[in-house]
Amino acid sequence: MSEGIRDKVVILGMGCTRFGERWDDSPEDLAVEAFIECLEDAKIEKKELQASWLGSHIDEINIGKGGNFLGTTLKLPLIPVTRVENFCASGTEAFRGACYGVASGAYDIALAFGIEKLKDTGYGGLPDSPAFGQMQAAIGPNATAPGMFAQLATGYSARYDIPMDRVKEAMAHVSWKSHQNGVKNPRAHLRKPIPIEQIMGAPMIAYPLGLFDCCGVSDGAACAIVTTPEIAKKIKPNEDLVKVKALQISVSSGEEALYTDWDGAGMLTTRKASSMAYEEAGIKNPRKEISMMEVHDCFSITELATMEDLHISEPGKGPDDVLDGFFDLDGQIPCQPDGGLKCFGHPIAASGLRMIYEMYSQLLGRWPEDRAVKDPKFGLTHNLGGVPNQNVCSIAILGRD
Amino acid sequence: MVGIRSYGGYVPRYRLNKMIVFGGMGWINPANIMNAQGEKAVANFDEDSVTMATTAAIDCVTGFGREEIGGVYFASTTSSYKERLCANLVAGALAADESIRTADFAGGLKAGTTALIAALDAVGAGSANNIVVSAADCRLGKMGSVQELMFGDGAGSMMVGDKDVIAEFKGSFSTGHDFVDHFRGSEAKYDRQWEERWIRDIGFGQFVPEAINGLCEKCGVAPTDFAKIIYPCYYGGARKKINKTLGFEPDKVQDNMQAIIGDCGTAQPLMMLAKALDEAKPGDKLLVVSYGSGCDALYFEVTDNITKLAPRRSITGSLAKRADLDNYIKYLVWRRMVPADTGLRGEEQKWTRWTLQWRTRKVILGMEASRCTKCGTQQFPPQRICVNPECGAIDEMERVIVSDKGGKVFSFTSDMLAASANPPAMYGAVDINGGGRYVFDFTDCAIDDLAVGKSVDFSFRIKYYDAMRDITNYFWKAVPVAEEAE
Repeated sequence: MSEGIRDKVVILGMGCTRFGERWDDSPEDLAVEAFIECLEDAKIEKKELQASWLGSHIDEINIGKGGNFLGTTLKLPLIPVTRVENFCASGTEAFRGACYGVASGAYDIALAFGIEKLKDTGYGGLPDSPAFGQMQAAIGPNATAPGMFAQLATGYSARYDIPMDRVKEAMAHVSWKSHQNGVKNPRAHLRKPIPIEQIMGAPMIAYPLGLFDCCGVSDGAACAIVTTPEIAKKIKPNEDLVKVKALQISVSSGEEALYTDWDGAGMLTTRKASSMAYEEAGIKNPRKEISMMEVHDCFSITELATMEDLHISEPGKGPDDVLDGFFDLDGQIPCQPDGGLKCFGHPIAASGLRMIYEMYSQLLGRWPEDRAVKDPKFGLTHNLGGVPNQNVCSIAILGRD
Repeated sequence: MVGIRSYGGYVPRYRLNKMIVFGGMGWINPANIMNAQGEKAVANFDEDSVTMATTAAIDCVTGFGREEIGGVYFASTTSSYKERLCANLVAGALAADESIRTADFAGGLKAGTTALIAALDAVGAGSANNIVVSAADCRLGKMGSVQELMFGDGAGSMMVGDKDVIAEFKGSFSTGHDFVDHFRGSEAKYDRQWEERWIRDIGFGQFVPEAINGLCEKCGVAPTDFAKIIYPCYYGGARKKINKTLGFEPDKVQDNMQAIIGDCGTAQPLMMLAKALDEAKPGDKLLVVSYGSGCDALYFEVTDNITKLAPRRSITGSLAKRADLDNYIKYLVWRRMVPADTGLRGEEQKWTRWTLQWRTRKVILGMEASRCTKCGTQQFPPQRICVNPECGAIDEMERVIVSDKGGKVFSFTSDMLAASANPPAMYGAVDINGGGRYVFDFTDCAIDDLAVGKSVDFSFRIKYYDAMRDITNYFWKAVPVAEEAE
């Protein structure tokens, strides 16, 4: 059995832009904004970067293909830039590339970057694109993300025989809680508390998902500089360090989409990736040991099902935990302490690194008391790219040294 | 013995009360109140002549193996293509063999019966057998026109063979007249017509009796020998006159369904024949006459085999499966008669890759799946590596057609964000009976008709229309089965 990369990589610095409708800012502006913060935090000079990985998802209205955007925008010193694309896991995938580069010994210091400029489409929601190839474009429905994730809710309700009203109530609490957290975050896109009644009564986007069950779409960028523990200690001799405990990816095998055994009430990939991540991190009981999470709440139902897929809530018991406040900021495992995708919006490839940024900042105790998680040990991030029946899941677990 | 082996029919689910049309456009021609009685059948937003002809043809081959089909003739004046043989689309959706005779019949409204005669002749000559003839029309009249109230949408289908026929073909008589009562030029979207009195008196009044008399003389029968006389004519006065002139008892004249469907052009005589066959008894002599640019008259005698024919939906069943379309503007948008905003998302490019369409035609048109010969798992679309995680056999697949298998709803949604000509877009995962799961569009239903576990049938529909390139593409959608039918 491979040993993984636990404790072999340290996050030296991070940067994250304000997410939102950055009408007047170009992708270059966003990239520079995140990079300046990251470089200052890392306490190194640009010339010390030896390699970089760049995540971006939608070429057409974003930064185009390849890695040239990053090299040119940041004026990187002719180092490798590898563009990675893996749906909503693209940011974490870039982080994984940089961490593996360091863990393998190929590089001492590497940069992971995630960026997405989405608000040049002219309409709400993600841009239409044949994400699953031409055959699916020819015969599949003209589906949207809310429409595909909505089916997780109808599937979940049927699988556990929980009335849709109860599922909707739990979904509403998921969104309510994230808005409560997002209010306090100056980098969030949506910073308004939303009453439960407003969430429950919102117009329907895709049955049974209403407006507040869906995250927004925004522009943003986030990045990380990673290195070995030895180098980190030299650069930051008297500071707490955040180490990478686990990084796992799982991709659908086709059985969810085409075979008839999948229950449609959760993601097989998340179940698999989280189990592998706990093993890599040495976590035996995630419900007890995980201190906080940033999960992929593209839709409230995704977060709800994910609580079970991460083996934190028992199957069918997610709504109970959610409604008990287990995942609220003052609950046992605060989930989305920064406001989540719900309040940040979802510039696809930036989201994974934005989540890592929140866990990193919490672990270093950088946030004011009103949004700080108390004495965190392990922080988990989770991305779910694609749709429930065809997706990629990425999990990162970070811990204080 | 050559004749009709089987038959089918299709009337789309939506019915538009003609008073709703008149309510919208009566102001421009108040006399149109005379034509505003009853309702007309209208194709759903994702239906056209090709899909309706396909649905009728599938109904027609109920109880027969698709490999028996020896030809497909499609008749319509409203094909989605000027160049592209639509009979091949119908044949593809029937999953018929590709080494068969296929042809489109068009031009005059008698093209439906002309296709039928061509099939009867081909089978009689021994050069083909079991030819499925399917006619459909979806003609448009301008807003406020008489034609808008007169025309309906629908399809009729007959399979012609030389064995076990349910109606023996006894003879035919045809005329061809360049009588331009209705016409559409090569670029026209809407029907134009000349004065109705002329159409009534010369068109129906002379040509129909001419064809019937011609047939009777040729076959040595009298008009009164027939148990059912089937001919289209939407003018009540002209029908009465023809019946009187030829001595037809009113109860022997097949209803033209003008008040419940409307005139379906090339499909009209075939739909009326299908309706007559729904009720026919062995020994009945049937006279079928078409009208439009001349007439075809055909003489059939029903045999004992009709009692053995597998049950089918046909016209009678289709008429029972109905829903009101209570919005005239919606009808106009569906037929692309008025522009509607589908948002910027609706303006995104839809590319049709003809190479892909060709190499996957059996999947797209025929809904061909694969079944693993190692573990028996059926899967759609066809896979090379078995999707059963316990199996994973490579290239051990056999072909299986699943378009007629139906399925059960596994998950569903109703999506207001997705671009659609008929929002909300309803779609969801369907477990295909016999195995396999795929996400399909739902159609002919409302959100309340959907539930996890609900039975669905598959229906051949327009998948999308590319307005920039005038490309209509087709695939299968799932239609919830009505409660009583489950």
